[in-house]
Amino acid sequence: MVENVKELLKAHAGLKHEVYLDNENSSIVPGEVVEAMLPYYNQRAYGNPTLTHKPGWEAFEVIMESAQRIAGFLGCKTLEEVNFTPGETEANNLALMGTALSMKDKGKKIVISEVEPINVLNVTEMLQKSGYVTTKIPVDNEGFINLERLKAAVDKETVIVSLSTVNHEIGTIQPIKEALKIVKDQNPQTVFHTDASDAYGKIPFNVQDLGVDLATVSSYKILGPRGIGALYVKERVNIEKILEGQIGTQRLWPGVENTPLIVGFTRASELTFQNFEQNTSHLRKLRDKLVDGIVETVPDILLNGPKGDRRAPDNANISFLRCEGEALTIELSLKGVYVSSGSACSRRLLQPSHVLVAIGRKFDEAHGSILMKVASYHTEEDISYALEVIPRAVERIRGITGSTGAE
Amino acid sequence: MNVSRAPLPYNPKILELFRNPKNLGKMEDATVTAVAGNPLCGDMITFYLKINDQDVIEKASFESYGCAANIATSSIVTEMIRGMKLEEAWNISYKSVAEAVGGLPSIKFHCGILAVGALKRAIRKYYTRKGAPPSWLSAEPSFEEKQALEEEELAKALSRRMKLEEGK
Repeated sequence: MVENVKELLKAHAGLKHEVYLDNENSSIVPGEVVEAMLPYYNQRAYGNPTLTHKPGWEAFEVIMESAQRIAGFLGCKTLEEVNFTPGETEANNLALMGTALSMKDKGKKIVISEVEPINVLNVTEMLQKSGYVTTKIPVDNEGFINLERLKAAVDKETVIVSLSTVNHEIGTIQPIKEALKIVKDQNPQTVFHTDASDAYGKIPFNVQDLGVDLATVSSYKILGPRGIGALYVKERVNIEKILEGQIGTQRLWPGVENTPLIVGFTRASELTFQNFEQNTSHLRKLRDKLVDGIVETVPDILLNGPKGDRRAPDNANISFLRCEGEALTIELSLKGVYVSSGSACSRRLLQPSHVLVAIGRKFDEAHGSILMKVASYHTEEDISYALEVIPRAVERIRGITGSTGAE
Repeated sequence: MNVSRAPLPYNPKILELFRNPKNLGKMEDATVTAVAGNPLCGDMITFYLKINDQDVIEKASFESYGCAANIATSSIVTEMIRGMKLEEAWNISYKSVAEAVGGLPSIKFHCGILAVGALKRAIRKYYTRKGAPPSWLSAEPSFEEKQALEEEELAKALSRRMKLEEGK
């Protein structure tokens, strides 16, 4: 297996230009962020923050200061509301399972939408084995949740509602404030969680303005290191931890704190927010150039998700008809453009992206979809290179398709 | 729904056939054409066979809507069967196709099955049209034909279910 991968990598030798657009699934960590992290591995604060010595106190100091910085960016009341976790998956698991545990006598109903990330979908399926019932709110053809259906779904037995602020695949910016009001009007005790991983640093997002109870944020989605994220837990909202072990500074997540990753996440947040307007307009400009360029040069495509201000500035998601997505990702990779696809091709179950199916895309339309997210370090030249490569790649894969499936 | 993304370490042979597929394209003078799969599954293959009056495959070509494994297995089948008698071609199994491309990741086995399914459908179609099926051609569908049908039915059923859920 590894030998095969070595050969695949050799096939990429001599690339002149590389453009990484798969920021949904992982990201580069800019040098500036890595620089900030390095001293915390071996020069200072390498101790356990709960112990009584200088390296431990140094760690305690930097973790608290980091939490304070992130609390500021999120609009928290206190830094205690920020709970570091190893990432978005863990924060979402904590939010759903932790609430289910703390509210086990209040009811057994969970409400999510059809377009939530896989980790949310899978946790609710796991909870169903313990007697919970999940209602999935449908979305319209741009991915917006149906608020009437939300209202009808929430009742006295609903313990948690979980709706992403920004959809991870198609960039839809949900009306979270309205959704929250609907939920709380139906049942003030229902805990409202939002996965804000694609909102934090991309659109204005403030937990106090919104009034949510729980919010997930992820480091790598803003070019911080992988393996770190946080769950915002509003003051006085009670959720239980889901892992047992030595509790340190993080009351909801046991184990030794990963100080360098926390520092990296904080540094990446600072870089994102210090020029927020400039950053997001840069993203929007590059994303528009990418999408417009494809629209102009490639026939038979569908744009997935909303347009304009109702869409996250970094997200582009396009279905190329008669062009299978996995084949296209490989063709693009060989030319140095890295993207992911909603194709089902890596799975025997034949189901493509559940998000694209939920917005009404036919299976074959979803199989040919490509998800791209631009990042702040991208340049106009990067996008121009992608635009040079993409039409030719689509043309070659469509050449293999030929008339297959045409009738 | 347990969605996973398995890593796909394709081998060099598959990569080579993906980059430079052999016998690609529609054949205008094909004796028989057959398809397997469905765009809904994300996998569909069309085979074109030119068969002479000795029941020998003179040439074969393909078109494929599918992943790299789908393209590679289709391509290799067209190479394997060229010059074969139909009886010989009928005895090709998906296992020999998987071997010929240097092995397939387990979740991609169905690509090999689909390619062979399309081939066997073409052979069956040829004899059905001729009206004189030879004794070696079983009336029962072969394993690969059955699997291809199952995959097509599954995709259609899933697609129908999605539509029903939408209308709910």
